[in-house]
Amino acid sequence: MIALSKIVAGRLLLGIVTLLITSMVIFGAMELLPGDFAQAVLGQSATEETVRAFRAELQLDQPVFVRYFDWLLNALQGDFGQSFSGRASSGYDRSRAVVDLVAPRMSNTILLAGLTAAISVPLALGLGFAAVLYHGSWFDRALNWTVLGAISFPEFLIAYALILLLASLFPVFPALANVSPDMAWDERLSRMALPAASLTIVIMAHMMRMTRAALNDLMARPYVETAKLKGLSRRRIVLVHVLPNAWAPIATVIAFNLAYLIVGVVVVEVVFAYPGIGQLMVDAVTSRDIPVVQTCALVFAGTYIVLNLLADVIAIMTNPRLLHPK
Amino acid sequence: MSTLVKTMALAFNHGRLTVICALLGVLVLTSVFAPWIAPYGEAQVFPEPFAPWSPEHWLGTDQIGRDILTRLLYGTRNSILIALLATVLAFVIGGIFGLIAAILGGVLDQLLARLTDVLMAIPSLIFALMLLSIFGSTIWNLIVVIAVLESTRVFRLARSVSYGVVVQDYVEVARLRGERLPWIMLREVAPNITAPMLSEFGLRFCFVFLTIAALSFLGVGVQPPTADLGSMVRENANLIQFARFDLRAGITPLVPAIVIALITVSVNALVDWFLLSDGDTPNG
Repeated sequence: MIALSKIVAGRLLLGIVTLLITSMVIFGAMELLPGDFAQAVLGQSATEETVRAFRAELQLDQPVFVRYFDWLLNALQGDFGQSFSGRASSGYDRSRAVVDLVAPRMSNTILLAGLTAAISVPLALGLGFAAVLYHGSWFDRALNWTVLGAISFPEFLIAYALILLLASLFPVFPALANVSPDMAWDERLSRMALPAASLTIVIMAHMMRMTRAALNDLMARPYVETAKLKGLSRRRIVLVHVLPNAWAPIATVIAFNLAYLIVGVVVVEVVFAYPGIGQLMVDAVTSRDIPVVQTCALVFAGTYIVLNLLADVIAIMTNPRLLHPK
Repeated sequence: MSTLVKTMALAFNHGRLTVICALLGVLVLTSVFAPWIAPYGEAQVFPEPFAPWSPEHWLGTDQIGRDILTRLLYGTRNSILIALLATVLAFVIGGIFGLIAAILGGVLDQLLARLTDVLMAIPSLIFALMLLSIFGSTIWNLIVVIAVLESTRVFRLARSVSYGVVVQDYVEVARLRGERLPWIMLREVAPNITAPMLSEFGLRFCFVFLTIAALSFLGVGVQPPTADLGSMVRENANLIQFARFDLRAGITPLVPAIVIALITVSVNALVDWFLLSDGDTPNG
């Protein structure tokens, strides 16, 4: 067990280092801005004092690493600075704290992602298992073709196809997912139905394909051959012999696809005008609101890294070979 | 397997290949000859916005009265061209660094590998969004940003495939003969990794194509008035709500999205066929 905890600790340390370097990259990217961006943010009519005050607020007179550590320490305490938007050339500052913009939207995104995960993970695993149980049957082949198609489609095609069918032709669900916190739960869920469904289809395709591949890979192992020669049923082989060994690859598949969800969520939120962090980031990119972009990127990258780390750790913990060291 | 079954499977495979090639051929030809095929100009505006399908405008007109069929032809051309340029650039950058890392090895190799690890720790769509917000969305920025981000994956593959080649005797001979790095890269190593790199090119192209389509769809990729498949979907998305009154209008926004899907599906299928038929590739 000592060896195991050592490996896990090493992985966690590596994850923290990756997070730190990522934050450096995200902060460092801001250094690539052209020198006159303060003027660009405030507008051409901004007076010299306003520009100077803005530059002082950003501490542009300080060296990069001082600003980086300031930024990092503030970020760790939940302060991500002030947004660029809402600043006028007159010097009148109506900008909002980045954290006030990001926090409410983040809970929306977590809700959407959580709903999607709750539907797609069991469904994908079940279908993946069924595909392996009935390997080579029409069910397996049909599933394979559907999945291959769904992977090659852009996310917005699936989203709009759903809107066309379930919102426009047969108005079952609303096409706009403009939820608000004061909405009743059933109303909110019905508005979230289509975005969650689109994300589920996208994620499930990937997840099922990888589950199936991982399981089929295990099915080719010698111990499965032995089990077959013993005369065991395919069901028993899959559930009793293969499944315990499959947890590690399956955990990786799940975490990997939840990380993929991050990318899908951006497009799907924009399609349905869902007030989440993905849409916020796209809006901020369009208006070049750098602090908001940075914070969103940090949130997305952080989630991505943590999920991948989780997959690694689960894969290590569930590996039967590591649990019983020789 | 009996000979008959084998022949039938082969014929089926060839049939599928023919379909894929025909589809890709049509898409590529229409995009190459878009300026000659298209009935109107790329940004030509007609008085009636959101016109229905008609003999004059086969797919109707968009929100400011541009012919959608024309936009579709030009958009396919632009989207393919931009994605192709970005992919080629990614392969040039990633390939060169991958080969250098594999041939020289040592500290440089480790350094480059860790650098790509960091770059790959951030989802590429998020990274691209961040970089575009800093540099601004022009077509060249888009191409360079995507190319640099994708080059990390090309680097990985080029490096790992080249590892098996650089230890071969003929590379050692070239080294002892006193050949310089470019010669070893281009004449000794590169020819021996073409097969895996070629299939990777297809897969990377699909990924780049989808990423650029997504970015354009989000409004931060290809900018108007340049036609592009991703932004066309978004521009015409409002038409979907009229599907109950005019199904054809409702389908219109989906057409560019379906073209995107057709391109990625057929390129993917081509890569699959290539991998199946070419069994003796290293690491294939």
